[in-house]
Amino acid sequence: MNTRTADHLASANRRLLVRLAISAAVMFGFGFLLVPFYEKICEVTGINNFLRPEAEAGARAATNTQVDTSRTILVQFDANLHDLPWRFQPVQRSVNVHPGELVHIEYEVSNTRAEPITGQAVPSYGPQLAGQYFRKLDCFCFAQQTLAPGERRIMPVVFVVDPALPADVSTITLSYTFFELKGRKFAASGQGARS
Amino acid sequence: MAAVTPDQLHGHHGPTGLMRWLTTTNHKDIGTMYMIFSFIMFLSGGVLALTIRAELFQPGLQVVQPEFFNQLTTMHGLIMVFGAIMPAFVGFANWMIPLMIGASDMAFARMNNWSFWLLPPAAILLIGSFFVPGGATAAGWTLYAPLSVQMGMGMDLAIFAIHIMGISSIMGAINIVVTVLNMRAPGMTLMKMPLFCWTWLITAYLLIAVMPVLAGAVTMILTDRHFGTSFFNAAGGGDPVMYQHIFWFFGHPEVYIMILPAFGIVSQIIPTFARKPLFGYASMVYATASIAILSFAVWAHHMFATGMPAAGQLFFMYATMLIAVPTGVKVFNWVATMWRGSLTFETPMLWATGFIFVFTMGGFTGLICAIAPIDIQVQDTYYVVAHFHYVLVAGSLFALFAGAYYWLPKWTGHMPNESLGKLHFWCSMVFFNITFFPMHFLGLAGMPRRIPDYALQFADFNALASVGAFGFGLSQLIFIVVVVKCIRGGERAAARSWESAEGLEWTVPSPAPHHTFEEAPVVR
Repeated sequence: MNTRTADHLASANRRLLVRLAISAAVMFGFGFLLVPFYEKICEVTGINNFLRPEAEAGARAATNTQVDTSRTILVQFDANLHDLPWRFQPVQRSVNVHPGELVHIEYEVSNTRAEPITGQAVPSYGPQLAGQYFRKLDCFCFAQQTLAPGERRIMPVVFVVDPALPADVSTITLSYTFFELKGRKFAASGQGARS
Repeated sequence: MAAVTPDQLHGHHGPTGLMRWLTTTNHKDIGTMYMIFSFIMFLSGGVLALTIRAELFQPGLQVVQPEFFNQLTTMHGLIMVFGAIMPAFVGFANWMIPLMIGASDMAFARMNNWSFWLLPPAAILLIGSFFVPGGATAAGWTLYAPLSVQMGMGMDLAIFAIHIMGISSIMGAINIVVTVLNMRAPGMTLMKMPLFCWTWLITAYLLIAVMPVLAGAVTMILTDRHFGTSFFNAAGGGDPVMYQHIFWFFGHPEVYIMILPAFGIVSQIIPTFARKPLFGYASMVYATASIAILSFAVWAHHMFATGMPAAGQLFFMYATMLIAVPTGVKVFNWVATMWRGSLTFETPMLWATGFIFVFTMGGFTGLICAIAPIDIQVQDTYYVVAHFHYVLVAGSLFALFAGAYYWLPKWTGHMPNESLGKLHFWCSMVFFNITFFPMHFLGLAGMPRRIPDYALQFADFNALASVGAFGFGLSQLIFIVVVVKCIRGGERAAARSWESAEGLEWTVPSPAPHHTFEEAPVVR
């Protein structure tokens, strides 16, 4: 192969390389473009529309979002600790809500020990039957909480009480119990030895 | 290229020892390194699989704890897909494509070196994640949100490993496209190219199109985890189901990335041992291309159970079934190639024939899973596990072994040991079916996948599957013996190592000299 054809080939190769590299970069962007695209599809077809529930078709949405002002439910908040050296309490003891209304309340937690501790809260309801009508959209109990020594944290709970709640329920108690997650630390060292 | 002097044409020159392998830009050296790397990854992933099967031998928890079990299933999948199968095919491409099209090397030799040397650091990140606090990621190889957003730091290591391996694959794919399109010998038109080059050309385009999408998906997980974005976090307005859509937009073409080169290898082997040209060459090319194009329109069949409108389910169901048409064309073409051929069953042909048999079974269970109402029943059960092991182990892996036995004479200069090779095949074939066939029954009876413990009625089939798995795992050690023996010595291989093998790779001596086709051959 003489020098001229070799140079020609090298530049043709480089051109194709640049084109293909640009395609790869464009496809990386396309991955992110799928996000608004997905939201648009959901909006147009009316599936999964959390942001504009009134646009969602069907009876499911209506029962979920209409505020039933004819009833008032007293929701009480309770906080317990299971062998955990933290302080944990609701910011408000109770609120009055209408079924279907979006409510935002807060809990306060602080770590009194001089080492970081990971815990997770488990909710329970009184009466137990109310649990299935209690829709938590956001809750600190969804994730593990790691508190640094002496750290104090305000944590949210966002919920809706389903209007389908039976008429004889007028008070709901939401009770959280925080458990320490020791298993995680134990599991980590245990795996190190095994693998 | 123009400055090559005759004394450089044969044998190796330049640095020696470790530096030779670190700095090599020779496509054969790099191909060899890819294959050794992928075999080491195959054995590591296999050890994880055997630990899984040991735990599942009996109901109850005996060997590992559930959290660690989830890490095992996740890492088994990630290591096998990104560490074993994909690099093995890239290794084959590196070794064989320049030889098949009459090119002196890959188009970008230095980039080729870099594509390979990105892999070991990625593998160290991935395997090293077992040893960080919290252990490796346990979200399943699909890394579904919200689990993947909540995992410990093992998840971050996995994300970076995927980024690095993705960059490596994209560079490898670009190199292959440029080599195939620009470096062919005079007279080697596209429609004269061996089918292995065709399948790899199409695979490389798929890689360039979808690996960046996976990189985007795991980047979104990373920013959700550490930088306060809410792509997949419902509380922040995101949607975890969207992760599945983005992942499977990558994931389904990925399935074909792992099987199309296998089709290519089998299409090289069957004509050789049937002593007939490949039946329907052009239809094979078009079938490969249509599989690749259709693969972009079927991703949501992995998500029938997420609640999509009936119209969507029907669309993805029919589109999926449509893929059975080009795949069927391929299977019929292979069978038609064998029809009235002068068949002999040397080891490569045994593997290729075995591939057609078991891969087709996996294809049929895939068709069953494509039916939306049935899929909702078998979603996340062992039926799905059986299905994708039939197409990935019996499909991709068997084709890789077929290709290895077929081209070992070209790589080493010696014929592989026939009796050991046949033993390897029959042990693999029997134990493979003992392992995975009972999983169909387990799945239909409702045993969920990714669990360390199960109900008592599943005990017998699980014990059987575990016995098969250990047999299958140990059978793979035979392959190491065959390859080592083949490198050390054995019957000398001729340039045309198999009686009626066709193609440019059989015109160079065996073993292939360090530099080949410095002067491009002319193809008529």
